Formats: sequence, C-alpha cells, structure tokens
Amino acid sequence: MTGWRPALARSVVLRHDRVRHADLLVLPERVVVLNGQAADVLRLCDGRRQVGEIVDELTTRFPGAPVADEVPTFLDRVREEGWLR
Amino acid sequence: MTTAPAPPWALLAELTHACPLHCPYCSNPLELVRRSRELSTEEWTDILRQAGELGVVHTHLSGGEPLLRPDLAAIVTAAESAGIYTQLVTSGVGLSAPRLSTLVSAGLRSVQLSVQHADPAASERIAGHRSFAAKERAAAQVRDVGLPLGLNVVLHRDNLDAIDAIVDLGVAWGAERIELANVQFYGWALRNRTALLPTRDQLARAQETVERRREQLAGEVELVWVVPDYFDGVPKPCMGGWGAVSLTVAPDGGVLPCPASAELLGPEVPNIRDRSLKWIWNSSPAFNRYRGTDWMSGPCGDCPRRETDFGGCRCQAYALTGDAARTDPACALSPDHGLVRALAEAPATSPPAADSPSADAAPYVYRRPERHHTDVTRGVMR
Repeated sequence: MTGWRPALARSVVLRHDRVRHADLLVLPERVVVLNGQAADVLRLCDGRRQVGEIVDELTTRFPGAPVADEVPTFLDRVREEGWLR
Repeated sequence: MTTAPAPPWALLAELTHACPLHCPYCSNPLELVRRSRELSTEEWTDILRQAGELGVVHTHLSGGEPLLRPDLAAIVTAAESAGIYTQLVTSGVGLSAPRLSTLVSAGLRSVQLSVQHADPAASERIAGHRSFAAKERAAAQVRDVGLPLGLNVVLHRDNLDAIDAIVDLGVAWGAERIELANVQFYGWALRNRTALLPTRDQLARAQETVERRREQLAGEVELVWVVPDYFDGVPKPCMGGWGAVSLTVAPDGGVLPCPASAELLGPEVPNIRDRSLKWIWNSSPAFNRYRGTDWMSGPCGDCPRRETDFGGCRCQAYALTGDAARTDPACALSPDHGLVRALAEAPATSPPAADSPSADAAPYVYRRPERHHTDVTRGVMR
C-alpha cells in the first residue's frame, strides 16, 4: 500500500448522473451507483495523490468523520474489485 | 400508468443487420433490415443525444457487424459527447489496428468479441464464414491498445462440450470476462432448434466445468453463465423486466423493449423517425404493454416470483403459444410447460459424442437476408 497512488482502472468511468442525481461508476458490463461519500473518495483517486494524501484531504474536508479508519479499507476493497489500479 | 417509468440504463444499438457471419442462432430478427433502410450518422447522433438526456449511461454498439458502418467512429463520438459509455460488440472481422486506434480516439471504452468455438474449423462451420484468424487478430489488437476485452459465446449442442477449451482460449487471448450464454430460442435459433438443443447430460457436464474453471480463475477472469431456461423449469428475468432497464434501436429506427420483440409487436413497433425516444420509452403502447405486473395472467398473477422474473420472456411466450401475455412456457408453473419439457427431455436427434466437435450434426439454416420476391418488387418500384 505504501506509495500507492490510486487511479481508476482504464475501463472505469466515474460520472455524475444528472437524471438520477447520483454518482456512478460505469464499467464494461455494469453500472455501480455510489453513495455520496464513496464518490468523494474516488474523485481524489487521480493517480497523483498517495493514500495518505487522500486521507488528509478528506479529514480536512470532513472533520470528525472516521476517514483514517475507513478510507484505506474502502480503497483496498475497490482495488480488489478491479476498479482501481 | 400515471407516473413516468424509471429511466433506461442501457441502449443496444443495432447499427446494421449486415454481417459477414451467418450464425444459426443470431439474435437479429428473421426479417433483416436492408442497408438502404439504415439510420444515418445524423440520426444515430441525435438518438444518442436523446438517450443521454433520458438517462442512458451505457451503449452496446452492435449489429450485425458494426464495423461494416464506415461512420462507426462518428457514432462512438456521439455517444461519448452524450456521456454514454461505449462497448463495441463485434465478430472481429474487419477490425484493424488503425481502425481500432480511430475508435479509441473517438472514445471507445471496451470491446466484446464473439467466439463460436475454440477449434478453428468448428468455429467457422458454426459461423458459416472463415473468421477464426480475424478473431484472434482482433483480440490481440484490443489487448495491445489496453481496452478491456470480453468474449461472448452462445452455447448449444455443438460447443457445450468444448467449454474447457473455450475458457483456455479466452485466457490465452487476454479476456477479462467470458460470457457463456446458453442459446435462447426465438427467431433464427428457434428455426434451428433441432440442431442447437443440447442434452441434459451435456448441460450438466458444462455447468460442472464452468464451476471448476470459475474457482480456478477467480480474481483473474470473470465467467458468466447464462442459464438454459428450457431445462431448469425457472424462467429467466428477461431484460430485467419489459421496458424496465434497457432498450434496443434496430438499424431502421425501430425501438424495441428487447432485440427479439419485433415479431410479437409487429406494426406496433415505435420508430425514432416518427417519435422522440422519451415518448417511446415513457408513453408508447409497445413499451407499456408488459410493464409492471398488471398485464399478468394465469399462475403469474399471484406468484411470489412475479417481481423477480417478471413472468419470464414475452418473446418466448409468443413464439411458443402465440400469446405474449401468457406465462413463459419455460416456467414449471406454466400450463404450457409441457411444450418445453418434452423438448428438454427428448432432443429430436441423438447427442454428439462428448469429445467431438460433431461434424455430423444436423445442418443449420444459416442466418442470411432473404432474397424473396418482395425485394425484387421493391427494387423495381424504386
């Protein structure tokens, strides 16, 4: 995990759906409807920020939220799905 | 229906019915649209714009063979501009590195390649065309540009015993996903049902193989098994419900709740040349006919599974009973289930040997445009 700079897999598109008022991950054969927080985290996965930097940024933005506990686990889970690289 | 239905997620764009392959189970209708009646680039651009506004986020650019459309890159661009994710569904015939590069620049996101069999000769006999080498090249090109590659394989008596080899082929070709879809019997496949219908033993062996390979390939390659509904006594939740998830636009602008539904809708098929996509999805009689559960009759009416399988497949009910509102005969609760049961238990011809690509199988009626006299008449009248 050290040094990992998460980025969306090439086939995955993160987009806002104006019709359904939702954030989506669109993949070759499926669409994942994200909850608000998940989209906030994934939007920071630009291949430049390290996991620690993502956590710092979210901590500043959402003081009091359990960011340091939950975000790294969440990112690992999304990587296991193959949606992050 | 007083409230507008939930918006569609996906659009299957049948860009053309022309195809170099002649697969005997093709999902295109028996009456193929001629090239002269195909939608123009401008019409597809407008359809995709409307689709994006309606809520479509995903499109399969399919056919026939979509590579036969010289304007395919422009259509990909139109989808991308509308915010719609594009997947090319192709036989691989006609793909080249420069063509693919143009499509990728236009915004193409992924490719699904059809595979008929792992053995070149068997593959070409099923497809009715020399195409295996082109498929192998196409897979390599897709991998070279770094797009995700999926294989789609329609399963039937002549390839169900080759699943191990087909999965090996998918792994060798770099596929991320292999869709193993048991043939569904309407249109061309219904016409070829005798030749395509597997035996129950074949299916049991195939399913075991899929489970074994799925375990072995977990995390590397996704194996999708689309069930053979003739054998399970359980109908498939076709299209996730009529007019619920996706729509199909045919080459001539006909808009359909499912690619096989042109036959049962007949003259009621709405056309994008006459109406907006929004009207067609929300308000057309065709899309509302079997929406929800109010139309259900017989055992579906109070069935606890009516919101799970939506009464099964309307096209199958129509094809087998002549009444699209009846319970899908694939359902064990259907009064018409005997129609399916008899076929599943006793295929009309003897099973192929387990390890042979069944060179002596019943001959296929290959999918080809019909050249009957009405074509000639129309030609003369023009």
